[in-house]
Amino acid sequence: MTERSIDLDVLRYNPETDSEPYWQRYSVPHHDEWVVLDALNHVKDNIDPTLNYRWSCHMAVCGSCGMMINGKPMLACKTFMRDFENLIRVEPLAHFPIERDLVTVMDDFVSKLARVKPYLIPKQHKPVEEGEYRQTPAELNRFKQYSMCINCMLCYSACPEYALIPKFIGPAAITLAHRYNLDSRDGGRDEREEVVASGEGVWECTFVGACSEACPKHVDPAGALQQAKIASTIDWFKEHLTSWLNK
Amino acid sequence: MDGHYVSNKLMLSAVAGKFSFGTNLKQRRGFATNMETIQTDIAIIGAGGAGLRAAIAVAEADPSLKIALVSKVYPMRSHTCAAEGGAAGAIKAEDSLEHHFNDTVGGGDWLSDQDAVEYFVKEAPRELVQLEHWGCPWNREPDGSVAVRPFGGMDIKRTWFAADKSGFHILHTLYQTSLQYPSIKFYDEFYATDLLVDDGHCQGLTAIEMRSGRMHHFRARAVIIAGGGAGRMFPFNTNGSIKTGDGMALAYRAGVPLKDMEFVQYHPTGLPNTGILLTEGCRGEGGILVNANGRRYLQDYGLGPETPVGKLVLKTMELGPRDRLSQAFFHEQQKGNTVKTPWGDCVYLDMRHLGEKLIDERLPFVRELATSYLGVDPVKEMVPVRPVVHYMMGGIHTDIRAATPIGGLFAAGECACVSINGANRLGSNSLTEILVFGKRAALSAIEHLQSATHTVNDAALTAQAQAAQDRIRTLFLRPVGNESISGMRREMMDTMELNAGIYRTGEGLADASTKLAELRRRYAEGVSLHDKTNVYNTDLLQALELGSMLDCAEALVASALARKESRGAHQRLDFTGRDDVNYLKHSLAYYHPSEPPRLDYSAVSITKSQPGVRNYSGNKK
Repeated sequence: MTERSIDLDVLRYNPETDSEPYWQRYSVPHHDEWVVLDALNHVKDNIDPTLNYRWSCHMAVCGSCGMMINGKPMLACKTFMRDFENLIRVEPLAHFPIERDLVTVMDDFVSKLARVKPYLIPKQHKPVEEGEYRQTPAELNRFKQYSMCINCMLCYSACPEYALIPKFIGPAAITLAHRYNLDSRDGGRDEREEVVASGEGVWECTFVGACSEACPKHVDPAGALQQAKIASTIDWFKEHLTSWLNK
Repeated sequence: MDGHYVSNKLMLSAVAGKFSFGTNLKQRRGFATNMETIQTDIAIIGAGGAGLRAAIAVAEADPSLKIALVSKVYPMRSHTCAAEGGAAGAIKAEDSLEHHFNDTVGGGDWLSDQDAVEYFVKEAPRELVQLEHWGCPWNREPDGSVAVRPFGGMDIKRTWFAADKSGFHILHTLYQTSLQYPSIKFYDEFYATDLLVDDGHCQGLTAIEMRSGRMHHFRARAVIIAGGGAGRMFPFNTNGSIKTGDGMALAYRAGVPLKDMEFVQYHPTGLPNTGILLTEGCRGEGGILVNANGRRYLQDYGLGPETPVGKLVLKTMELGPRDRLSQAFFHEQQKGNTVKTPWGDCVYLDMRHLGEKLIDERLPFVRELATSYLGVDPVKEMVPVRPVVHYMMGGIHTDIRAATPIGGLFAAGECACVSINGANRLGSNSLTEILVFGKRAALSAIEHLQSATHTVNDAALTAQAQAAQDRIRTLFLRPVGNESISGMRREMMDTMELNAGIYRTGEGLADASTKLAELRRRYAEGVSLHDKTNVYNTDLLQALELGSMLDCAEALVASALARKESRGAHQRLDFTGRDDVNYLKHSLAYYHPSEPPRLDYSAVSITKSQPGVRNYSGNKK
């Protein structure tokens, strides 16, 4: 039985030995149920042990294996080879520095996550002994979708604003701030607004919507950003209008 | 050329500058020799659920303590994220600590330490409420209280859940919460290679920074290992690629015994082509298992009588414990009642009667996974499944305080064995365990800092760190040989699957023992690197991970061979009964660098539940 194969082009780069990245072509078996990550693992195990990439769960929840696949930001573990005919081209995620091969430097993303204070800042303090905060299913549903982000960074690779203005806090981090702002238990919105409503925050977004298109978990960061903009605008009017009315 | 390529290229200069590789590349090739020393109070190895919970507990208890959180992956990549079903904690009016205790001890086939289980069930509700206060999006009842779902082997509904992404939400809640504490310093993508032990006390560790390839020497007054499980020893498993037993191997090589390693949990419902887990919640919500003939075969293995489809009866049939369900599959396979698929024999998980609405609300991830990876939509079709390696009941020997026999060294989570899980863990106890014992390890470490009086011998610790670095350098210097890392890993996995699976024999285990000894020898003499550069070298990483797995596998097989009885998840075809006279005791495997481990045993703590019959028949209720 002859096995069908397909070309896999991988952008390689080793800062110790290469002055710039280059393409390397591997021929890999073409199985309908294989994902691109399976092809990379095939290369690593059987052809070239020097190839490097991040992966772990192989079930689209750990967020490690985001990469550009034929020009689009995708999770390698959820992109099926059957969707490609002749050539699969993989590169590191766009808009991030390359650390080695398909591995990017994540520092900027991780520091932005921390900056938006992505944790519950309770409206009212309640000791653990008094049990859980009450939260109805409807209240949960207000923010649930925005809590699904796996930090895969595909949205940053898709975002044209982030490409132009690297200090833009970006889709995932702002969405996470929005998730806590919408939580009925939370009272920390004012603190987060200092970052989210700043010049580096929501107002950099021009609503291209590429982030939501790229999101593998249907979190809809573009929707979150637009909601955050509206809320921030209302804040502005409240602040300025009430001070004017009080004059 | 695409815009993103240009953009990547532009940033390269920044990368090169950042790591200063410009001066003499050739000289820098081969393992970097300069070592950085980091002083901290408590070092934590692993930043999954247990490691993060421990870090937060230290930060809350004493903000002046410096914490180094050392993890081979970014925290949110840790495998806690893949846990689906939920976390057990008795909170509802109809439930009690007594019930949770009895379910856990019986589920563990009386190998659980009952003092530890008592502590665990008592702390469980508090930890789950704490997580709720940190923002975890638990599912709710209409009145706003936390909702619970049924799980296998539990006689009352007590599993808190966030749809079928409970582990994901727990991990992200913990990670995000941890970001507010300035005393937690993250060392992400640092691979720990050795513990530094002097004067009977663990005083630090060495770790390779993946980004630079540089060895770092962490000086700590206490170390907590929270490195997760080792399911990747087996070829067909639910575990992420990172679960290679590194934390277990670190402690084992430092002299701490690995306890009860022979107890490996097979989860009954994995997707046959990938091993992807379909949560026990599928059955908790009412899904049923049928064989090729459409029969609910569990009734033929002491789990009957058959319960009405769509009407849940707890702790029987599909809501029996995982060991029993996986064993029933084996027998169905022997009888020829399984379904042939291109990926091996299967049974069907039927959820069609649950309806689209409930599946989308409570099991959306299961639907997404089955549909994407197998092309089967559980709303419309039965899903072929088979048992898959999921969890290690055994691990680093600790006491009820999460302390190992080495002073200043603690362990928590899947890498540890307290043991609350005994011979078989109940589903939804492990997510609670990482919280309860992650925190416990932190508190014990703080107590240790307050009481420890040992002296710090700088020269001895530096020499150990140097030796650790030399060991890695040896790998770099060794010429490329005939042994491939992936080849040896495959041989290990094959022997584990063949000989250390759901049912075992003395003969098979002896074969595995011989094979593993051979692999360990070949590894020690012949493992070599194709990649001899420093930056993000996963050839090196995989070599070290293979070393961890081989050590864990040998401990597992030796313990299994010596346990001549069948208990919980350890089933011997040549010793089919449970033997409380000779084997109501914990196995302890002690490391030896070139020979199989030395085995010893320790007593099981029994406080109020004498070993009895595990009864999952619906009849006796």
